[in-house]
Amino acid sequence: MVQLNLPKNSRVTKGKVWPKPQGATHLQEFQIYRYDPDGESNPRTDTYYVDRDDCGPMILDALLWIKNKIDPTLTFRRSCREGICGSCAMNIDGLNTLACTKGMDDVQGVIKIYPLPHMPVIKDLVPDLTRFYAQHASIEPWLHTTSPQPGTEWRQSHEDREKLDGLYECILCACCSTSCPSYWWNGDRYLGPAALLQAYRWLIDSRDEATGERLDNLEDPFRLYRCHTIMNCANTCPKGLNPAKAIAEIKKMMVARQV
Amino acid sequence: MLQHCGLGHNGLGSEHCFCFLKVELIMAHSKPNAERPLSPHLQIYRPALTMVMSILHRITGAVLYFGTALLAVWLISAAISAQAFALVHGFMISWFGQLILLGYSWALLHHMFGGIRHFIWDTGRGFEVKERHFFAVLTILFSLLTTLAVWLAVYWVR
Repeated sequence: MVQLNLPKNSRVTKGKVWPKPQGATHLQEFQIYRYDPDGESNPRTDTYYVDRDDCGPMILDALLWIKNKIDPTLTFRRSCREGICGSCAMNIDGLNTLACTKGMDDVQGVIKIYPLPHMPVIKDLVPDLTRFYAQHASIEPWLHTTSPQPGTEWRQSHEDREKLDGLYECILCACCSTSCPSYWWNGDRYLGPAALLQAYRWLIDSRDEATGERLDNLEDPFRLYRCHTIMNCANTCPKGLNPAKAIAEIKKMMVARQV
Repeated sequence: MLQHCGLGHNGLGSEHCFCFLKVELIMAHSKPNAERPLSPHLQIYRPALTMVMSILHRITGAVLYFGTALLAVWLISAAISAQAFALVHGFMISWFGQLILLGYSWALLHHMFGGIRHFIWDTGRGFEVKERHFFAVLTILFSLLTTLAVWLAVYWVR
């Protein structure tokens, strides 16, 4: 359902301004969304100042710097720090991206950080991704075959393998799905760009033998067809992939099998 | 019930795997999603050109319902009587009526060019970064130019 305003318990209030680090000359201001599940109060935005001369260049470096030197309660997910695990996906400067691959210099002025949009917040920058993963599981992202298992691996030509380029690189960070207004309003029934990109990755895999069943599973007014080519997914993907195009290709396959 | 942490400890006998304690501890402390706050969305998301064009396509589509009803009223009034037509026509050619018609004609043309853009997308083309921005700019440009052309033609014919 479209609900433009945030529910009462979700409205963001002004939070604390943390003291500036002493003796620092090169300061960067951050406004970061905070939510404490153990308290009763609403989410708030806290202001922090990072000493750029004492900190690495990336937004993730700054978050770790704040956690280590100013406020150890600041909570976020991170792991690989090189854009391959997808853990540190968050909304930075109004766009969803990975904190580890976004440089502080890429943002002008105050750097505002929120959790991935329109998601239940567990704590601070950590959203609950349970439904997102369930949607991914629902497209059955593994090889389906009926042919007898070959003695060696399932073979694929170079040309067929190339069809998976631009699809297999997805790291399931959820930047795209949580950037999509259609997913915001209908996330309970629309699968969202990430799950659909993965669906297409298996639909066009030359080794997969369940194309028909896969398409049947997507033939639904909501699961697939809530994509209205808003293109936020393709604009925001930190890996430079194009879920909107993958979804269009699925829609084409739907038409093609009826002609 | 035992719950495994899913971190690969399942190979061990359950008597060796104490991670389930941790999982249950976390579960006991976590809130149901209904009580969790919803993270900000429209309030904080930076609008992109394609996003704005999408909402414009929606709005112009909705405007067409009212605009078309207005045209129907115009035609129906003509079918009723000369006085009824004079009344409706008088309103339509007033400055306020013309302003509404200007908005309606732009909405119609904008929605039409938006429809052509969607048609191109349906063929799987026009999804690359440069293409989608180019088509967005083209749509808005064409809709404004054709609206201008229509109104110049109307005034020239009159």
